[in-house]
Amino acid sequence: MGEVIVLSTIPSGKFWGYRRPDGSVGVRNHVLILPTITCAAQAAKQITELVQGTVSFIHQHGCTQVGEDYDQTFRTYYGMGANPNVYGVVVLGLGCETHQARSVASELAKTGKPVEVVSIQDQGGTLGAIAEGAKIATRMVQDASAQIREICDFSELIVGTECGGSDACSGLSANPAVGVVSDRLVEHGGTAILAETTELIGAEHLLAARAVDERTKKRVYEVISAMEARAMMMGVDIRTGNPTPGNIEGGLSTLEEKSLGAGNKAGSTPLQEVIDYAQKPTKKGLVWMDTPGQDIEQLTGMVAGGAQIVLFTSGRGTPTGSPIAPVIKISTNTGLFERMGDNIDLNAGTIIDGIETIDSVGQRIFEEIGAVASGKWTKSEILKQHDFGIWRIGPTF
Amino acid sequence: MAEAAYRTVMMKPQDQVAVALEDIPAGAQLTVKCQERIVEIILASDIPFGHKFAVVDISQGEDILKYGEIIGAAVCEISKGEHVHVHNLEGKRGRGDRLVNNS
Repeated sequence: MGEVIVLSTIPSGKFWGYRRPDGSVGVRNHVLILPTITCAAQAAKQITELVQGTVSFIHQHGCTQVGEDYDQTFRTYYGMGANPNVYGVVVLGLGCETHQARSVASELAKTGKPVEVVSIQDQGGTLGAIAEGAKIATRMVQDASAQIREICDFSELIVGTECGGSDACSGLSANPAVGVVSDRLVEHGGTAILAETTELIGAEHLLAARAVDERTKKRVYEVISAMEARAMMMGVDIRTGNPTPGNIEGGLSTLEEKSLGAGNKAGSTPLQEVIDYAQKPTKKGLVWMDTPGQDIEQLTGMVAGGAQIVLFTSGRGTPTGSPIAPVIKISTNTGLFERMGDNIDLNAGTIIDGIETIDSVGQRIFEEIGAVASGKWTKSEILKQHDFGIWRIGPTF
Repeated sequence: MAEAAYRTVMMKPQDQVAVALEDIPAGAQLTVKCQERIVEIILASDIPFGHKFAVVDISQGEDILKYGEIIGAAVCEISKGEHVHVHNLEGKRGRGDRLVNNS
């Protein structure tokens, strides 16, 4: 039996992270191959297959987009590159798209991290672009690998919170436990993101009452009204799509019921601000990001907003992960933890089983954040679950 | 064993529903407690794990509370002990279907 070296000798509330030129702290040290256009996504993926230490993602956006929809997609690309978990970025474009690789790259360069641009048309095609991108990435990965982790504080963490594939236990076990973590993180000076606006419809009054000022309170009702209006425009009961069939099978009957359970993730601290999709929080503490309830779009928005780690509760079970941020998956019931152990990191079903309290599970999750932030891999990372999806708010032309 | 009680939870004393924390068969006699409130119930139907049942008689159109908050309204009379779910509880929010029907 070999001895296991435990990193957790560092005090609670601290972790080993990577300091970035702009002062932010990463919990991973990825080189991101960032395709700003769907046409470059396959080449980006090929580079990740050639060069260890690189990550990328597949998407279908980046051209013939206008106005706020253009801005939101741009902000998402930028945020993925700017996230402190990313050491350096190779921005990969085609050449003729609306979301120009060089525009994204010039914004990213302001973070001080290594950023380079490769264009498929300038490189004479796919193979040239892959070769050029791979050469640049190879250099970046070697430089990244020489960086040493240093002791950092939880006050430097932005933790996203999310629930997906909810069941009736979500609001009883895992979500309240994440609420405890949110409170503790805020106590340590860190930032917790609450999101999925759709799944706060019916619980907004509880959060509005916790807003730090009138402006934030007003924004709560504005983002809820806008999301509800979008649903109303479809001319059907939102229950045809949310709660989902799995939520309903799990015992959730209405969106309001799901929302009241989801809102538990927000703990009990004051709501500091409401931010746009993929926007970086401007304040520490509890913030609300306006995102849809769809898991991948929400996750992407929070990661692009700078979340280094995401807590994800599930009652039905989901594999969701991010190419650049570890996602800690927490089951709401023990049956799920036993069935889908390949995907789930922690079990909060012990609360339902009556063998653990909400506080003690919250404490376990809090400690897991320290371990994961210091380098422990989550299941979604091990299984290469590199999900990415942008919340599009306009048509493609 | 004789006192083997099925596990349930009622979040707030003012709630009209409680949640089964395991599969519970019809006819089961339950004692549901929340703070000072104690309700004796005989289940009218099987209640799967995670699903809700009424702890009081509920009239048609009445708001239904869980967590002490409104989760929707009863679409018909619901008797104490009945399964409360999508067949007799409807959401009040995001009802685009009503918008169409009313216009």
